[in-house]
Amino acid sequence: MSGLAMPKPDADTIRRRAEIVADMRIIVPGEGVVDTVNEMRVFESDGLTAYRQLPLVVVLPETVAQVSRILKYCNERNVRVVPRGSGTSLSGGALPLEDAVLLVMSRFNRILEIDYPNRTVVAQPGVTNLGITNAVEGEGFYYAPDPSSQIACSIGGNVAENSGGVHCLKYGLTANNVLGIEMVLMNGDVVRLGGKHLDSEGYDLLGVMTGSEGLLGVVTEVTVRILKKPETARALLIGFPSSEQAGQCVADIIGAGIIPGGMEMMDGPAIRAAEDFVHAGYPLECEALLIVELDGPGVEVDHLIGRVEAIGNRNGATTCRISQSEQERLTFWAGRKAAFPAVGRISPDYYCMDGTIPRKELPKVLHGMRELSEKYGLGVANVFHAGDGNLHPLILYDANIPGELDKAEQFGADILRLCVRVGGVLTGEHGVGVEKRDLMPEMFNQIDLDQQMRVKCAFDPNHLLNPGKVFPQLRRCAELGRMHIHGGKLPFPDIPRF
Amino acid sequence: MTTFTPTASEEVQSAVQWALAEDAPLEIVGHGSKRAIGHPVQAAHTLDLSGLTGVTLYEPEELVLSAKAGTPLAEIEAMLAARGQQFAFEPMDYGPLLGQPAGRGTIGGVLAANLSGPRRLKAGAARDHILGISAVSGRGEAFKSGGRVVKNVTGYDLSKGMAGSWGTLAVLTDVTFKVLPAAETETTLAIRGLYDEDAAAAMALAMGCSAEVSSAAHLPENLSSTVADGALAGESATLLRIEGFGPSVAYRIEHLKQLLRNAGRLDEIAENMSRAIWRDIRDCMPFADGTERPVWRISMAPADTHRMVLALRMEMAADAFYDWQGGLVWLRLETDPEADLVRQLVRKFGGGHATLVRANQAWRAALPVFQPQPGPLAALSARLKNEFDPKGILNPGRMAPVERSASVLTSGLTLSASESEGIS
Repeated sequence: MSGLAMPKPDADTIRRRAEIVADMRIIVPGEGVVDTVNEMRVFESDGLTAYRQLPLVVVLPETVAQVSRILKYCNERNVRVVPRGSGTSLSGGALPLEDAVLLVMSRFNRILEIDYPNRTVVAQPGVTNLGITNAVEGEGFYYAPDPSSQIACSIGGNVAENSGGVHCLKYGLTANNVLGIEMVLMNGDVVRLGGKHLDSEGYDLLGVMTGSEGLLGVVTEVTVRILKKPETARALLIGFPSSEQAGQCVADIIGAGIIPGGMEMMDGPAIRAAEDFVHAGYPLECEALLIVELDGPGVEVDHLIGRVEAIGNRNGATTCRISQSEQERLTFWAGRKAAFPAVGRISPDYYCMDGTIPRKELPKVLHGMRELSEKYGLGVANVFHAGDGNLHPLILYDANIPGELDKAEQFGADILRLCVRVGGVLTGEHGVGVEKRDLMPEMFNQIDLDQQMRVKCAFDPNHLLNPGKVFPQLRRCAELGRMHIHGGKLPFPDIPRF
Repeated sequence: MTTFTPTASEEVQSAVQWALAEDAPLEIVGHGSKRAIGHPVQAAHTLDLSGLTGVTLYEPEELVLSAKAGTPLAEIEAMLAARGQQFAFEPMDYGPLLGQPAGRGTIGGVLAANLSGPRRLKAGAARDHILGISAVSGRGEAFKSGGRVVKNVTGYDLSKGMAGSWGTLAVLTDVTFKVLPAAETETTLAIRGLYDEDAAAAMALAMGCSAEVSSAAHLPENLSSTVADGALAGESATLLRIEGFGPSVAYRIEHLKQLLRNAGRLDEIAENMSRAIWRDIRDCMPFADGTERPVWRISMAPADTHRMVLALRMEMAADAFYDWQGGLVWLRLETDPEADLVRQLVRKFGGGHATLVRANQAWRAALPVFQPQPGPLAALSARLKNEFDPKGILNPGRMAPVERSASVLTSGLTLSASESEGIS
């Protein structure tokens, strides 16, 4: 672990471990409490495997009442809790703490209701993202957000991270597809937000909860909307000699009023690594490759394919292939979907970043990345959700070479600073977690961060739920709540009023 | 009685700091077009944002627009339309319903009231399109959240937190929204002569097919003449909107006609008339009658709302029409808003939210205008309010639960027990 400071473990909690484990066994009888080092080992990290830590104890509840009792118990005894879904977070959102109960939601794995007339599914949070689609695809429906980990990641985790995927330009993120949740607060209160209806009155706590990375509450039920599958989908594979031309092509497609179902870009190193791995027929001489997928009724897709092809040619495309069959469409995607493992073949390790930028800044950012690559002496390959500006640079390094992980992390941090500098953000879909926590001040000043922490105080005033994530520095809620009113009776003569 | 009219964000902050120092609550207004929604605000002073204007960024190819919070919505929509773009969430105009002129309202108000329209079914509401905000909290601090890009999970989404907060958490100074291309064309398919129940079934069928219906509404016979200058008069009209590129719209309309061939008489309504109809449904024109008769906006799961309306009609005279496939019920009553009964029936038929969007001031002072929340949720909301506005200086009382106050008693209205119980 490279110098990441986590909250100081509470010695008193660690000393009381046996008592806490015994109490957990009373709340969750049977095999729901795991406390041996060997059995806990599997939970010591999530998708960000550079960071590892054994938890105090692992608890796998089965009912909402158990979740409520666990949280209430921990709240009253000042015991920290780290919630975990499937553990696929790429930012360390589910990284355990030495003095914290790891609350694993994987036994909440049932779909509770499928309602076709209202086009909703009610699922427990441990159901996988793909599990929802699988449950309704027999009737021709699907759940739109499709993060690349969809086979494993849980819908509860999707709510925590506001997960995206390649289709979110057209179909939205998790926040736009979740209609309601049930959650348990740190004090044990069970709260329902939204439901099968679209508009909810009161503060948009559902919006605040989505993407809150397990710091505000533990989701125990999720209601999502499902969509009818598009009639058909076809893809174009368009190669360009430069990323500038590819970027202009993307801008022109959107400028023409076309919102593709998916629009992905790969740079030269990513194209070559992917082609070498899956032989998708990617043009190796290109410096930028676009996959543009259009979905909808056949007549619409055919109509738009022609327009996109023309836009590509106008922007100097050197190759343009149009999928003529479902098989060919999937082949186009095969390389993109295998880009991460493909890069894994050309480098012992890779570190995946996740900034978002205004699309027009792509050439500048790619250029900056090449300079950083030379500075750090590490290679980088880029895949890019081109429609929405979400960039995934893959930094190539070798963890066995001393100091190289540190160097890769510094390189990554510099890339994210660059993203923020051009008007972008630190993370598009992977979350802040522990990984980007210390970079938060690049984007937010102390007042911004304090206001976010005050939201945390409304939900969890003792900072017991998933501490050490998202915020670089924790401040006590009492201190944050203090008011500093200046002067009193100030005239403010310069404010226009009448 | 002071009215502040800031023209810069710093002046907004100064005004809030003045209010804090004086312990003098502020009513936050833009154009005041939605001022008649919610409890009457108990504040002597006014913070009028209508002078805080200007589009600060519009990049059509990046699908993003930023503006000062007091910028007129109409001005922004005209600017978007000139580039073939729009707010896909189709913000409604409450003006006509509330006896105000049409075409008023600011972009800050769009977010503060979380506006949407018939396309909500497919495209969501303001909350689904907000990308970033700057605001001044009730602590007198200027803060920001979000950014200008679509995909962003950096920190809590306080931008969404402002949606539907009616100016009670912070004063918005800047907003950044996602914008989208406007559809090339649209056509509406109307099924004529259906009763509510059959309309609900037809809408569910249409929404469950691959025709990508973007709006679905039902006007019963007695209200069908109230939109688009009477173009639909005579029979009830169940309306299905198809938008997109020309060839696609034609194809999907044919698909729908096949699907619904046995549902009733089918009329195809071409582009301009279609737009006029949906604009009137969006703005609740059927109830824009120049009166203060109570109007409820009720959001529930779509498929069974007609049963709720039927049950209500067993008790009293009520006019109702449906948007969002039935998921939005607009309900007009005669004199008494009957808050108890309405909310009881909403609960009985699956739950949801009922907001009293129009009523005279006495009723609005006496009744919970917004849906009362269960204890733990109400407590959480109150804690959140306290974190943003600990002194209660921003729009005090607007969303808050009703207390049995002297004014209620003197107005001659009485509260039932359950009314106050739900809001404790």
